[in-house]
Amino acid sequence: MRLRYPDTIRIIRVPCTGKVDVIHILRAFEKGADGVYVVGCLEGDCRFENGNLRARRRVEQARTILDSIGVGGDRVKMFNLSSGEGPRFAEYAVEMTEKIEEMGPNPIKIAMRKKAA
Amino acid sequence: MIVASKKPIEEIIEMVKDFQKILIAGCNECVTVCEAGGKKEVGILASALRMYFMNQGKKMDIDEVTLERQCDHEYLEELRNTVDQYDAVLSLACGVGVQFMAEKYFQTPVYPGVNTCFMGVTEERGVWTERCQGCGECILGRTAGICPISRCAKRLLNGPCGGSTKGKCEINKDLDCAWQLIIDRLKELDRLDEYEQIIPIKDWSTERAGGPRSVIREDVRQ
Repeated sequence: MRLRYPDTIRIIRVPCTGKVDVIHILRAFEKGADGVYVVGCLEGDCRFENGNLRARRRVEQARTILDSIGVGGDRVKMFNLSSGEGPRFAEYAVEMTEKIEEMGPNPIKIAMRKKAA
Repeated sequence: MIVASKKPIEEIIEMVKDFQKILIAGCNECVTVCEAGGKKEVGILASALRMYFMNQGKKMDIDEVTLERQCDHEYLEELRNTVDQYDAVLSLACGVGVQFMAEKYFQTPVYPGVNTCFMGVTEERGVWTERCQGCGECILGRTAGICPISRCAKRLLNGPCGGSTKGKCEINKDLDCAWQLIIDRLKELDRLDEYEQIIPIKDWSTERAGGPRSVIREDVRQ
């Protein structure tokens, strides 16, 4: 397929999106990530029944927390696709990257650099 | 278990913002089960606060610990040698744990990270409901195992009242009438005749109205 998607994205593989917890998302921001998106199977298609539904709720929790601490809840998002949808994976990568570029860098990263300087 | 809910992060920030080094202390018991103050919640809150204060350009060191319990000396003692390093402790235990921490470490300010709500059950994940008010004189044996003190809005001992409609309480259409539940269960148990027995006036002095309470067991006391 040789699809192109932004090279700023770092993929972290998990056995199921149900493995992703709020703390994993927050730690990514603490370490300077500009955005985090979780790509799970289509709703209703989870091999473990409700892993992707749990992930969606955790993404929502992370969004609320990020909003309340001034980092911006829109920096985190949940996407769903099937394993056969390579082009859609690339589309989501582009969509998320554009969104994050529009929002600018993670303010925590800027604050960390200021502190280190 | 004791059920608690998370305090809004804005309220927590307001409590701790003037300190430079704090310890967030979780509890492995009830608040872990009700997902308000266990190890996971400690990690999430610590991460969120670190980011908030970093973003504000304020120096704030935040350490994390989760004790087995905060309502017993032996576990709280684990902090004996380290608690002095902190300007304050933010305890995610129930109000009992927060107070015991404050009693034990007199020189360290202690703040609550959760709102302690009631003694209740996990009806389903994310839904906790009240079952006991600790009235000090249990009458469950007379009420088919359903507590009218904690589950009836009026705490009626001989109900239901006129506000019971189609099995629901007048204060909330989603709330079961405790006395309807009692009658239904007595019917199931084929013991409806017990419903005819009037429950006498309760001794409320064993409840909170009688002032702060204690249980002293001389047989196990050391």
